[in-house]
Amino acid sequence: MVAFAMPALGADMETGKLVEWRVRPGDRVRPGQIVAVVETHKGAIDVECFLDGVIDDLAPLGTTLPVGAPMAQVRRAGEAAAAAPAAPRPAPAAAPAAAPAPPVPAAAPAPAPVAAGLQAAFGVAPSRARVSPAARRRAAELGLAPDALPATGVDGAVTLADVELAAARPPAPASPAPAPAPRGGFDPALMRQAIAAAMTRSKREIPHYYLSASVDFAAAQAWLDDWNAAHEPAERLLPAVLLLKASARALAEVPQLNGWWDKDGFRAGPGIHPGWAIALRGGGLVAPAIHDADRLSLPALMAAMRDLVQRARTGGLRSSELTDPTVTVTSLGERGAESVLGVIYPPQVAIIGYGRVAVRPWVVAGAVVARPLVTLTLAADHRASDGHLGGQLLAAIERALQAPSSL
Amino acid sequence: MQEPEIRALVADLLAGIAPEADLATVGDDEDLREALDLDSMDFLNFVIALAQRSGRQIPEADTARLATLRGLVGYLGG
Repeated sequence: MVAFAMPALGADMETGKLVEWRVRPGDRVRPGQIVAVVETHKGAIDVECFLDGVIDDLAPLGTTLPVGAPMAQVRRAGEAAAAAPAAPRPAPAAAPAAAPAPPVPAAAPAPAPVAAGLQAAFGVAPSRARVSPAARRRAAELGLAPDALPATGVDGAVTLADVELAAARPPAPASPAPAPAPRGGFDPALMRQAIAAAMTRSKREIPHYYLSASVDFAAAQAWLDDWNAAHEPAERLLPAVLLLKASARALAEVPQLNGWWDKDGFRAGPGIHPGWAIALRGGGLVAPAIHDADRLSLPALMAAMRDLVQRARTGGLRSSELTDPTVTVTSLGERGAESVLGVIYPPQVAIIGYGRVAVRPWVVAGAVVARPLVTLTLAADHRASDGHLGGQLLAAIERALQAPSSL
Repeated sequence: MQEPEIRALVADLLAGIAPEADLATVGDDEDLREALDLDSMDFLNFVIALAQRSGRQIPEADTARLATLRGLVGYLGG
């Protein structure tokens, strides 16, 4: 059995509240399957499991778990069946020596959580309420949330007797399982605190350096105008798609800026998974990953961005989208400011920014002409790279935008 | 489409995009993108929904006319 743990959905998360199971004990789960919904400051997140096997020992709904705490156990394909479910779990020493190596949470290298992060944001202790193991097991069988039960044990711990008492209580609702919380967005105040924690850590730990370049957007704009004139509204593209694709292509050329800084230094990302910064109505920001953006066609990338914006705003982001970003890309849009000097989202090592595309004077072949320009910026981690490398990334993005038909 | 029908359609679509926005406070000539803080993606989604619900072809070149209530009434009513 291996634990299916509460994922770290970004550097600013310390705990998550389990609000829905999409599987039942004993169900077969496959890698990438959405098995649970966890409530965080980013709203309700669909949590994927990257294990392959039979899931069991589901933690009760309503439990708030620290990052890394087991939410369930998965018996992987080929593993011998465990003892009867009600029996106490065998001691580790008794486990067969052939137990598989602990799984690498595929595609989900959990970044270290921010120490002072979500604990305050949630207004709860980072650990679960004190519940005896026997009580927790029995509560799980009964579908009760043990942390919410009246406690009579030492130091206010919930005991087995408390669970039995709660189960036997006649006025208990017909269905003991708490109804899943309504799917919702996020709490702006909590999100603000979580952003504050992550950005404070960034500014404290990351020695940022900044570069900027004015990029001629005329070729890209002309290509975009032609495309949009020939397509239905639902198939039209926004400038942001070209900017994101050009960024992803350039990162493939300069991979030293695509990845994470952890205790062992720079770790390259397994693919180009840019976090696309999305402003949320009501305040707040989330930058979920678009996986392998460098390999998506422009229409596919546009579809991915529309889908992501929709889910970011209504709830329903997936856990891998919050754990996987290897870099952040932010575009201020048509009504935004002229340029943005970003703050790196740890443990990433770079953030690429685009201001509003605006018509400005530009010199072409010795003459001043009116030209749509965009200010491209980079904030990068000096521990991982120098301005020379950052300049190569900006140059690669600029080149890509001059040849939009090859994007 | 008649004007009341157009206004009701626009209100309905915008409520889905900017739920907290109050269209009653927006003047007929105000730019909806400014007044309701719609970004490019929001506005594109609005145009997509308008095309679907009204059954009209909306060429890209016409979308600038859809940014105000007066423009919308004129375009969809014409």
